[in-house]
Amino acid sequence: MNSLLSLKNVETYIDQYHILQDVSFEVPAGEVTVLLGRNGAGKTTTLRTIMGLNPPKKGEVAFKGAIMNGLPPHDIANRGIGYVPEDQGIFGALTVEENMKVAMKKESDDVMERMEWILNLFPDLKTFWKKPGGLLSGGQKQMLSIARAYVNETELLLIDEPSKGLAPIVVEKVMHSIQEMKQKTTIILVEQNFLMASQIGDYFYIIDDGRTVFNGRMQLLREDESLRRKYLGIA
Amino acid sequence: MIIGIALFVFPFIYEDRSMLILFTQIFIFAIFAMSYDILLGFTGIVSFGHAMFFGIGAYCVSVMLKHHEPTMLLVTGAISLGVLFSLIISFVVGLMTLRLKSHYYAMLTLALAGLFLVAAEKWRTLTYGNDGFTFQVPEFFHDRLHFYLVCLVLMVIVYFGLKRFIQSPLGRILLAIKDNEQRAESLGYQVLHYKIIASIVAGGIASLSGSLYALSLRFVNTSVFTMDITLDALLMTIIGGVGTLIGPVLGAAIIELAHHWLTGLAKVHWIFERWLILFGIVYILAVMFFPNGIVGSVRKLVSKKEKKEDVSTSENIVKEG
Repeated sequence: MNSLLSLKNVETYIDQYHILQDVSFEVPAGEVTVLLGRNGAGKTTTLRTIMGLNPPKKGEVAFKGAIMNGLPPHDIANRGIGYVPEDQGIFGALTVEENMKVAMKKESDDVMERMEWILNLFPDLKTFWKKPGGLLSGGQKQMLSIARAYVNETELLLIDEPSKGLAPIVVEKVMHSIQEMKQKTTIILVEQNFLMASQIGDYFYIIDDGRTVFNGRMQLLREDESLRRKYLGIA
Repeated sequence: MIIGIALFVFPFIYEDRSMLILFTQIFIFAIFAMSYDILLGFTGIVSFGHAMFFGIGAYCVSVMLKHHEPTMLLVTGAISLGVLFSLIISFVVGLMTLRLKSHYYAMLTLALAGLFLVAAEKWRTLTYGNDGFTFQVPEFFHDRLHFYLVCLVLMVIVYFGLKRFIQSPLGRILLAIKDNEQRAESLGYQVLHYKIIASIVAGGIASLSGSLYALSLRFVNTSVFTMDITLDALLMTIIGGVGTLIGPVLGAAIIELAHHWLTGLAKVHWIFERWLILFGIVYILAVMFFPNGIVGSVRKLVSKKEKKEDVSTSENIVKEG
């Protein structure tokens, strides 16, 4: 497997709490890897560990073969990893345009092309181009957050629960956009909505109590109801 | 623009020396408060030691003019030297302290400003301690009108300069850091570097205002390093509107005018002599009911109106879609 990112026996603490106890997985380039698991299993912490926001205490996080343990988040981001956090992290005081420009490392032809492409995916952002990010609806904020993470030459995109709290019509739009982005970049997706995750994902890893307990191709989980019931508690 | 022109014309049509001095003080404190707004309003840094840079500027000019023939060239050089010192000190202080969480940073800046205050008190051969000293200013500044115009022009330059700064890509990054530091870091920005830049800019401008303050009084003592000076800037910024730039200018005007008029009412009742007590109450009420300050509250009202319009536009788009 041509792996872009790998985690080996990663352990992460938040204050005194031992959140990730043994997380290992590999993310193949050009595919969508979905992290599944119950609430509080450690999926969000896994993404934050990759980004360096909650650095690992033990284990190894490697991107393109280079170990990233101990690197600050800005350094990790500059290596080509984009992050769409659960809370979207929109800069409310900045307009949509400014949010995008702050995210752009440089205004090269390639970046402008990516921006044009992503804005065509999310035409709402064009409509509210000059409006402060804080005035956008939840769905528009999610679109902006994804667009902002994608606009640079991102090789790996970490997306945390993009459907959370959104209306079904907006979830559909977001899902469509991720499917489009899948053609251009590698994605790690954390998602509670199994229907959505199973349609987009190529591989899955199940995290339970801070440990990776099962993995495989998404097709396996789609077809095996007993596995879904055992690990995710859904039919 | 109109207000700027009116302020420029004002001394020519209303010849009142005390008003001229009062307005000059407003311009000086407006510059100081704007520098504080760069920290608090545009980067989210709470500093309790901003008076440190104000004091450095004040002492640089005062000591130079005390020991040398007062010329405009010397004044320019002394102000520049004060700004340069402040840039260096704010860089060093920023590098040492801005890694800390906001409340630790605030306490450390308070301690550092205290250090400067004690140094100024103890280094009597240079500063004359608490008693302070007077000095001569160049002949050009003997006319209060000239000094008024210089301060007005500098305030306008600082306002437009800072406006340009915050509208630049760098300013946008500072706003992003203020909004969500972790998110800015995840976008690839080394937050500490940008905070240090904000601290340097704010320190340099605070030093300029300190220099002008000393020139306006033709006297300096250790009070320029006290917490009161920082609290003035904080009060002006909060009452005018944090993160608005024009708000601190308005705040400086309100506080200086109120100070002037309330102390003038001392004959009516002793409470007006203690105008700070009244302002303490105003401050508490402002924080409780108008946390965005005057300009911020007005802008919030306007944006609420815009949001309502946007919701209806959004609904139309969904219907059409």
